[in-house]
Amino acid sequence: MKVLVVDDERDVQVLFEQRFRKEIRNDEISFAFAFSGEEALEYLSEHGHEAVLILSDINMPGISGLELLRRIKQQFMAPPPVVMMITAYGDDENYQSAMRLGADDFLTKPLDFSILKEKLKEI
Amino acid sequence: MNLNLKSLLNQLNDLEGVDPKAKAEILDLGKKLQKDVEILEFKLDRTEKVKQTTAILLEETIEELQQKSRAVEETNKKLLHSLEELKNTQNQLIQSEKMAALGELTAGIAHEIQNPLNFVNNFSEINQELVSELLELLDQQEWEEVKIVVKDIAENEDKIKHHGKRAENIVKSMLQHSRKSTGVAEVFDLNQLIDEYFRLAYHGMRAKDKSFQVKMLMHLDGSLTPIKAVKQDIGRVVLNLITNAFHAIAERGQFNKDHYEPQVEVRTKDQGDQVKVEVTDNGSGMSDQIIDKIFQPFYTTKPAGQGTGLGLSISHDIIKAHGGTIEVKSQDGLGTTFTFIIPKNQK
Repeated sequence: MKVLVVDDERDVQVLFEQRFRKEIRNDEISFAFAFSGEEALEYLSEHGHEAVLILSDINMPGISGLELLRRIKQQFMAPPPVVMMITAYGDDENYQSAMRLGADDFLTKPLDFSILKEKLKEI
Repeated sequence: MNLNLKSLLNQLNDLEGVDPKAKAEILDLGKKLQKDVEILEFKLDRTEKVKQTTAILLEETIEELQQKSRAVEETNKKLLHSLEELKNTQNQLIQSEKMAALGELTAGIAHEIQNPLNFVNNFSEINQELVSELLELLDQQEWEEVKIVVKDIAENEDKIKHHGKRAENIVKSMLQHSRKSTGVAEVFDLNQLIDEYFRLAYHGMRAKDKSFQVKMLMHLDGSLTPIKAVKQDIGRVVLNLITNAFHAIAERGQFNKDHYEPQVEVRTKDQGDQVKVEVTDNGSGMSDQIIDKIFQPFYTTKPAGQGTGLGLSISHDIIKAHGGTIEVKSQDGLGTTFTFIIPKNQK
């Protein structure tokens, strides 16, 4: 399973690679990383359906996570990939907008990786 | 008649053998003399009276002057007191403007501290896991694997330290910002300061307005070595210009939502003895009338209660105190550029 992680914090890459090192080693999961909404759109247009799940931060400079979500759900392929939104502000407003734009799930920072792993198993 | 004159005339009268004609003439002169004496005495008397009146007047005038000088002294004291109060109020205003700017940042600061703390927590949790894994590997004597895990632990340790420092720096700069300026120049990296405040201001705006979007462009001159200036004060100017730019694009964004790509660009340029900093936005811009007043204290275009009207006036004072210049160019409805230039080596 390929997961695209979108976050403007670069160390998120090391974090995911370490948190999922067993799963990566066992070829259960692989990751791609984009450090902005723009990079994520570029990746998606180049790699199409490769990523089955997109995990995106909301709060990024430039294209925000919510705007990215809107474009993914509108422009990209049918069926659209599963998109989970992550935000540091676990507030109702962001939650409502994410759900309205078609987010499949909503997670708050700090990420609980055991919960995330459980969720990934269900996909 | 004057007694001396009278006795003189009597003696003359009694003299024998004097020509009676000459005697009569002298006596006549004596009478004239007497008249002159009377006139002189009258004049003397009058002068005496004038003198007395003058003395009284003089005394009165002196008293009046003394009273006046006491009053002036009193007024002076009051003025000094007012001046002192005015200075205090001014300091309080400067402080409250600072706190207002800080309040604007609170949410951004919280966000900017939360992120590194998440990393610190996450990486130390991973290291705990790795350490137990390491113990197992040691038991199994899997030396190659041990090496890999130890290397990972060391790398994660670096990450923990890095993000811990990052959080610490944010707390430090926040405290520094709220403290009273020491006015002492220190050596610091201007590019780093700008980068930090750009992010804080962005997250501050974002926390207040979820729909806030901006393309942030940073063109920081890599050849710029650390400069010497009053760091806290320059930080205030940078923060003020960036938050103003954000407000300008948010304002323009309200009126034309479609086809508008809000953008704020910060540029630094090493100019030898000086450094130039430029903050450009494609926000709502300003008319010439507004530009004329923009650096005046208490002038604000924001709704009542939302701006102190002191931000740019304080920025202006800070740049002036550094021996620099600050100017603004704007096109109504299209955007604004603020440029300041300061010497790189403040005394």
